[in-house]
Amino acid sequence: MSGASLDTRTPQSRAPQPRPEFEREPIDASGVGDVERPLGFVERLTNNDAVRRLAILLVLGLIWELYARWIDNPLILPTLGATLTTFFGDLMNGVLIDRVATSLRSLLLGYFSGIFLAALFTTVAVSTRIGSDVLATLTAMFNPVPAIALLPLALIWFGLGTPSLVFVIVHSVLWAVALNTLTGFRSVPETLRMSGRNYGLQGIRYVALILIPAAFPSILTGLKIGWAFAWRTLIAAELVFGVSSRSGGLGWYIFEARSELETDRVFAGLLAVILIGLIVEAVIFRFIERRTVLRWGMQR
Amino acid sequence: MTEQTQTTACDKPDLLKVDDVTLQYKTPQHLVTATYKVGFTVQESERYVILGPSGCGKSTLLKAVGGFMAPVSGTISIHGKSISAPGPDRMMVFQEFEQLMPWKTVLQNVEFPMRATKKFGRAESRQRALSMIDRVKLGKFRDAYPHMLSGGMKMRVALARAMAFEPSMLLMDEPFAALDALTRREMQEELLGLWEQFRFTVLFVTHSIEEAILVGSRILVLSPHPGRVRAELDASRLGFGEVDSAEFGALTKRIHGLLFGQKLEAVAKGI
Repeated sequence: MSGASLDTRTPQSRAPQPRPEFEREPIDASGVGDVERPLGFVERLTNNDAVRRLAILLVLGLIWELYARWIDNPLILPTLGATLTTFFGDLMNGVLIDRVATSLRSLLLGYFSGIFLAALFTTVAVSTRIGSDVLATLTAMFNPVPAIALLPLALIWFGLGTPSLVFVIVHSVLWAVALNTLTGFRSVPETLRMSGRNYGLQGIRYVALILIPAAFPSILTGLKIGWAFAWRTLIAAELVFGVSSRSGGLGWYIFEARSELETDRVFAGLLAVILIGLIVEAVIFRFIERRTVLRWGMQR
Repeated sequence: MTEQTQTTACDKPDLLKVDDVTLQYKTPQHLVTATYKVGFTVQESERYVILGPSGCGKSTLLKAVGGFMAPVSGTISIHGKSISAPGPDRMMVFQEFEQLMPWKTVLQNVEFPMRATKKFGRAESRQRALSMIDRVKLGKFRDAYPHMLSGGMKMRVALARAMAFEPSMLLMDEPFAALDALTRREMQEELLGLWEQFRFTVLFVTHSIEEAILVGSRILVLSPHPGRVRAELDASRLGFGEVDSAEFGALTKRIHGLLFGQKLEAVAKGI
């Protein structure tokens, strides 16, 4: 007990040594300089996503150009320069703009019809249990079906042209948006729901003022996925049957260029597909994100 | 306005009357009886605390007063009218920080109930919100979004939002339980300060004996499984100044005995 023996391991012997207490003024911190200092220019530049990605893009472009020049076969791989020349040429003479406009028209029609239907489905699904079961079953069935697999059916039902395109686009948008919106609604915190109902909100006002904003991160994800699906589906569908429709879209532009063996035009068409995808993703959706979920701290 | 408060203060009618209320709720496997024949009344300007261990149905009771669930038997009435649905006359303040709407700024959050229920006009809502935000010392943060605020600040916003609306009564469900001890103490003082100024009625649920005595003027002690009334005590004389007093200690002990003594008794009887 007294701790006299040397290798005693009793808890008492491991008690800390008593030390004097003290109080003092904090030491002078002026040696630190500014407590908050801006980072250096290079560091801030490399912290910028856009700058880093642009650099990657430049490197990739350079590799393309060098490799194309090295194999020197414009039928297989035209140079970046030739592709850009064709791209801007067709942009200036209006061919490309015309094609893109045709594509976008069907795309927007299908996209917004899909969103409208998704809104309808989810409204029914959140308000009744059977509705939610119906939506869950339909989504589980149809979500894995590639839209392009429905194209033959669309051709039988609607014939060639815009209605068939819209049909397959609606299919590709509807399930992704509905699924995400429903998930979003379901994950709205109970406390938030209760405080909404506490203010006497009901029906459509409750959905619009509480559920939709609270589920907005999921809804936005759904819209983004839906957009990507719709865009891919459209180009693929146009490649399949754009041939015989009167004014083709971007897919038809690529298809036509292939049959004429104008590989640089095929690349120019693909470039347009990429650019539009990028613009919608990086400009429009990014803008919406920055104004909403990022500002609200609901997503980082 | 003052006349009206005076007349109601004179005859002191019961603002909230809970009469023989039995509450049950369903989990996927069980039907749980949360409270059994609980009755109490809350008068105007009272700080009425429901105290009990977990499983005494105190939060369920508060939800029933909020109108989120109906009693299996018994009645709950406010101003003599039976409660059937949630309504802004009983403004709830929750423990969770999620009660603030993350897509609205502090100012918009405080304004929201006033605007959504159309109880106040645009200009008046704005003005009431601003003065209440200043009152809880968040003037500098009125354009900040909730995610930029600390836990204590979020709770201040929730408090300001409920207070600015001027409901018939405030329902607070363990509002400070998620805060750290220092902030909790600060918020308890804040709540009492606000009460000194506005003399609102509040129904406050807690599982902390100390908080019950500090915040409450009257304490309903519930025993668990299912929640039944064990005692109703007066704590109006005890506040922050009396924390170290003998009376405070005695009341704490007495409540402790009420809550935990019975368990020993039951065990002893069982043997």
